[in-house]
Amino acid sequence: MSTVTTDPHAHAEHEHHGPAKGLKRWLYTTNHKDIGTLYLLFSLLMFFIGGAMAMVIRAELFQPGLQIVEPNFFNQMTTVHGLIMVFGAVMPAFTGLANWLIPMMIGAPDMALPRMNNWSFWILPFAFSILLASLFMEGGGPSFGWTFYAPLSTTYSNDSTALFVFSVHIMGISSIMGAINVIVTIMNLRAPGMTYMKMPLFVWTWFITAYLLIAVMPVLAGVVTMVLTDKYFGTSFFDAAGGGDPVLFQHIFWFFGHPEVYIMILPAFGIISSIVPTFSRKPLFGYASMVYATSSIALLSFLVWAHHMFTTGMPVAAELFFMYCTMLIAVPTGVKVFNWVATMWRGAMTFEVPMMFSLAFIVLFTIGGFSGLMLAITPADFQYHDTYFVVAHFHYVLVTGAIFSIMAAAYYWLPKWTGHMYDETLGQWHFWCSLISVNVLFFPMHFVGLAGMPRRIPDYALQFADFNALISIGGFAFGLSQLLFVWLVVKCIKGGEKATDQVWEGAEGLEWTIASPAPYHSFTTPPEIK
Amino acid sequence: MAIAEKTAVGVTVFDLQFAFVQRQRRSHVARTSYLCWSLLTFLLAFSTQSAEMPLNMTQGVTEISQQVYDLHMKIFYICCAIGIAVFGVMFWSIIHHRKSKGVEPAQFHESTKVELLWTAFPVVILIIMAIPATQTLIAMEDTSEADVSILITGSQWKWHYKYMDHKVEYFSLLATPRQQIDNKLSKGENYLLEVDRPLVIPTGKKVRFLVTSDDVIHSWWVPAFAVKKDANPGFINEAWTRVDHPGIYRGQCAELCGKDHGFMPVVVVAKEPADFEQWIAQESATQAAAKEAELKLLAMNMSKDELMALGEKTYMGYCAACHQPNGMGIPGVFPALKGSKMALEDLPAHIDIVLNGKTGTSMQAFDKQLTLSEIAAVVTYERNAWDNNTGDLVQAADIAKAQSK
Ligand code: HEC
Ligand SMILES: [Cu+2]
Repeated sequence: MSTVTTDPHAHAEHEHHGPAKGLKRWLYTTNHKDIGTLYLLFSLLMFFIGGAMAMVIRAELFQPGLQIVEPNFFNQMTTVHGLIMVFGAVMPAFTGLANWLIPMMIGAPDMALPRMNNWSFWILPFAFSILLASLFMEGGGPSFGWTFYAPLSTTYSNDSTALFVFSVHIMGISSIMGAINVIVTIMNLRAPGMTYMKMPLFVWTWFITAYLLIAVMPVLAGVVTMVLTDKYFGTSFFDAAGGGDPVLFQHIFWFFGHPEVYIMILPAFGIISSIVPTFSRKPLFGYASMVYATSSIALLSFLVWAHHMFTTGMPVAAELFFMYCTMLIAVPTGVKVFNWVATMWRGAMTFEVPMMFSLAFIVLFTIGGFSGLMLAITPADFQYHDTYFVVAHFHYVLVTGAIFSIMAAAYYWLPKWTGHMYDETLGQWHFWCSLISVNVLFFPMHFVGLAGMPRRIPDYALQFADFNALISIGGFAFGLSQLLFVWLVVKCIKGGEKATDQVWEGAEGLEWTIASPAPYHSFTTPPEIK
Repeated sequence: MAIAEKTAVGVTVFDLQFAFVQRQRRSHVARTSYLCWSLLTFLLAFSTQSAEMPLNMTQGVTEISQQVYDLHMKIFYICCAIGIAVFGVMFWSIIHHRKSKGVEPAQFHESTKVELLWTAFPVVILIIMAIPATQTLIAMEDTSEADVSILITGSQWKWHYKYMDHKVEYFSLLATPRQQIDNKLSKGENYLLEVDRPLVIPTGKKVRFLVTSDDVIHSWWVPAFAVKKDANPGFINEAWTRVDHPGIYRGQCAELCGKDHGFMPVVVVAKEPADFEQWIAQESATQAAAKEAELKLLAMNMSKDELMALGEKTYMGYCAACHQPNGMGIPGVFPALKGSKMALEDLPAHIDIVLNGKTGTSMQAFDKQLTLSEIAAVVTYERNAWDNNTGDLVQAADIAKAQSK
């Protein structure tokens, strides 16, 4: 609530006032639910734009030889696909979920800083318009990979780099503001009695994620600025000829980049930890150890960045240190998976769409975790590095990990948001089509990588042809399957079976105590926590 | 290239098949110790349409690559075992603990004992894994006491090899014809994995690679040796290998290095030491002779037709990747030479930029990459092709003069 007033009349009016009408409602809104919706719709749009780029990539790779695009454009597609999916699809989706859910889960009326909340969303469309517009410049958009290694991104890039840097700055500012808002809300607006160790795990994981964001987004801002000054203002941070070091770039980038991958997976852990108990009708196993595991993953994430850089030529001692730390991450991550399985053990399970996506998440994310453990073994990494094995690995953790968790969350809370049950049959279709196609898409990449196909190439040796054709078919099928999701969401917004307040038989938590759809203002008086 | 004729590499008897035979022979040995793996390969071999593509990491042809393969398999089996156990329990629950079976959910939600156990157990497994990994890593990074040292320099988009103990150095470029890439000709067996001049190394000797770059970061990778090292501009990385069997081994650049990153393969030919000695002796003689011939050329003038023919060949090989075969470049990235002011008017500047490149751009110095006559020819070509029609003829002597300035 943005105003505090003692006038009883004004107060009553406030309680009943609904959203403004038309476009203004969305432009000026400070309501956490509206802003959550904006974030979610924006991320869905970006998911399709980034997905369309993936389709271009897969179409070119369908057969050996150059057919559809030039190598220069191909590189722009891989670069912008990565940037859009990371910063435009996954991160805003989680921020959208945070906006919708954190206040409802801790019994707060809204986010603590509603105006900043509006601002942090509304700068995003500008950031991505700038990035996308750069594709139409002379010479095209950024083509140095989403990791923008110097000096490819400095001396050897075209002027789209300036736009790229500017748009990344805006994305970073947006993320930092979002993170500040989450932290302030959680620290100050919990309902009386909602102690830290009573908070739902989604709130906990976001709380930790927000700290990660605040710690590393400035590092990203720093490194893009160094790229900018190296390119345009005569500095030599990454240029050996001026006393700099191109590998320094990678250290700074991955000091941001590794925690960034946990930024994209910790909230997913929170989501799965909410859904599995509901559909197992049994409390989450090991709540406290989940909290400790998440915190230790977050801390370790600052000590492993150079495992992305084993081939850059580090001293053996450094390689050993980063190998050991990376292997250690398997321990808390394992604890999480074991806890989810133990939660299901001797439960009474049902398998609605959110649960199906969660189960798929647990299996497929774990497979991505396994390949991550393999990549941690430095000598073996020399063979895996920069091949399709890595591409398979990070798509397992990001698509069947992060994105599957977002899908699960959307299905799980959609009835609370819209007041209608989604179409279960259509949802199951969406799930099974996605599950099968995503594995046809990403599983063969392990083999292609082990057989020696480097990543980021527009054309390949003949031995890789059959598998690439198969992968592309999986890709097209996965892309098409997502249209089912859009159809389902539209249907659910328009109507459907009326949802109860609790929605799911086993659901527990404050958000299930208020009406469905959630009223525009909820918890204007704090709830009582037992 | 600093020599007139390119010496053919006399090892065509070995080809990729050889490497495959090697691989299979070794995997036979491995099979006895890896029973489960044979079962898996068996299953996988039937589940795929691709007969040629190996489905697993190569065991390679060196002791190190074999160790790396063993590590890879070890961690793979560990993951499989954990996966089977965890997913087994999960699917057991899914089948037996479902509401439709009328079960009542239990309400337990913690157990310190179990939680400690499944924290400690992975730690033990990881330690078991870390020991062999550490040993292999230390062996891989020990580049001391090498028998042969080779400086490898990456640049957009080719490799340069220089033997530190001999007067031999040359560039190695993709040999796949453009028409195959554009689907106008059917693709050869080693499509995109073939070069004009492979790196040649002796078998049974410790070969040290010094890896660096002239422009962006590249990465020199030969899977059969388990060697992948980044080529960083301004810094030199070290790696080594000892190959036991003669053969041809193919790899690729593994670090995104710009437009033609996918088109800079690595080919290494390993020869018996005696063959290698013979090859390197012959090679240094040829390169020395070529240098002398080059000096003689200075006194001679080439005709326009000769210049244009050599110029076109050089242009297509060394310049067209950026400036495009039609001289139009890629707007915003690589300038057009057709109608460019420099190619039409300023001849000294034209020669200078080709000889010395332009720092801070991807226009590299071709001084060391091309012979005097090739540079003369390519400049002539650029000044007369695509309606540039300046009529200028540039001779090797003009280039030598510009060089000495
Ligand atoms: C890796 C890409 C690349 C390759 C290969 C390349 N060039 Fe260039 N070239 C450039 C770039 C970039 C420029 C623009 C430099 C600048 O900013 O002034 C350039 C500029 C030039 C210019 C000056 C054009 C003008 O109008 O200013 C000439 C002439 C030229 N190159 C000739 C050649 C020749 C001859 C070759 C082959 C032997 C070659 N280039 C190979 C990238 C390349
Ligand atoms: Cu390269």
